[in-house]
Amino acid sequence: MNIDLPGFSDPVHDAQACFRAVLDAMSRPGTVRAAGAGLLPPAPLAPATAAVLLTLVDGETPLGMAPLFQPAADWISFHCGALVPADAGRAAFVLATALPDLSMAAQGSDDRPEDSATIILQVASLAGPSRFRLAGPGIQSHAILAVGGLPADFVARWARNQRLFPRGVDLILCAGDRLAALPRGIRVSEV
Amino acid sequence: MNVASGYNFAYLDEQTKRMIRRAILKAVAIPGHQVPFGSREMPLPYGWGTGGIQVTAAVLGRDDVLKVIDQGADDTTNAVSIRRFFARTAGVATTTHTAEATVIQTRHRIPETALRQDQIIVYQVPQPEPLSRLEPSREETRRMHALADYGLMHVKLYEDITRFGHVSISYDYPVMVDGRYLMAPSPIPAFDNPKMDRMAALQLFGAGREKRIYAVPPYTSVRSLDFDDHEFRASRAPHACLLCGATDSYLDEVVIDDQGGRMFVCSDTDHCEGRRDGT
Repeated sequence: MNIDLPGFSDPVHDAQACFRAVLDAMSRPGTVRAAGAGLLPPAPLAPATAAVLLTLVDGETPLGMAPLFQPAADWISFHCGALVPADAGRAAFVLATALPDLSMAAQGSDDRPEDSATIILQVASLAGPSRFRLAGPGIQSHAILAVGGLPADFVARWARNQRLFPRGVDLILCAGDRLAALPRGIRVSEV
Repeated sequence: MNVASGYNFAYLDEQTKRMIRRAILKAVAIPGHQVPFGSREMPLPYGWGTGGIQVTAAVLGRDDVLKVIDQGADDTTNAVSIRRFFARTAGVATTTHTAEATVIQTRHRIPETALRQDQIIVYQVPQPEPLSRLEPSREETRRMHALADYGLMHVKLYEDITRFGHVSISYDYPVMVDGRYLMAPSPIPAFDNPKMDRMAALQLFGAGREKRIYAVPPYTSVRSLDFDDHEFRASRAPHACLLCGATDSYLDEVVIDDQGGRMFVCSDTDHCEGRRDGT
């Protein structure tokens, strides 16, 4: 058990600051923002990952979790009150360290594309070595996302998700105390 | 101003804020699409900006500087009340200067001063569904959005042109967001529509009674609906502001006596004052 490890020291303002970081990252893909500095979550949660969970996940949002995060499951259920769905396809949020099969997560429908999963992906780094060129809403001309820990075939897998627009999943990438985001409509190519 | 005690920061409880924040993130990910949310009862009636207030409450932080305008003015009842509401429930700094604000809540105008990328503009929206006057069923309009079937709106614009020689919509003029979703820009004058196109600031829209949130990310294409041979034109009253002399700002017509006297002045009070002060 590790529920004695604290969550946000100031739940109202820390959640607000983390939300603004996620909002900024989601509105301007390629932007890397600080989140969760000072948090001491149980392994293997990184501070940014834990901050995103505390900010967005609660009893109304089923949370799918990769088995690797099992040591932190008690902490997550204590602080977020999140339910673990029986069926991964029903999760509103999916917590993972390796990019899951995006087509297995909730995609939303044409009528209600917002009923789709947000994948919180804890990656090795948001400073490289892989570099991707981004284009789409929120980007003035082009943006670069530097990230370590995405699969070699990420561009092709993301393209399949992007083609579903307005359906499709959104991605929040967390590493250490930094985060970035890729909303479903963003086109990604190799640099 | 005294900060009211007994309320959570920015009035809403944290559970509600999380729900609204999730809706905002989905709205940003699907530009122009209306995301349903569990709109709460607020301490003012529907139609007074409850949607905008809930979005602002979910976004606002201690360090934000809030500006609220109603038809361009900082000093009208709605603007003063909402600004005071957040000064009391969140203790945030407020301003009337567009350039000093980090969050701007607006009813029916976009400031004349170009917004920056470190700013967020929150629109109060009475009717989020651009097709509402053409198709009463929300199930049907949702289907039309799903299929990007906006023929009905093109027919409406075409009929206007055949009857009046021009499109007879002067406010809440429908726009296409990133070439995909038809969106109601809220009842801003059509004059303001071009400011939405590729705006550097994030644009969030809240409709409290209709329980919808939608968004336009920065630098996103927002095109006013038109035809190749009848292009959209932003119009304004053909006068100069009587107070500051501006010939490029949106003007309000003000009746000044019972003899038929009237004057035209800038609707954006901060812009007008700034020009008169020479700042």
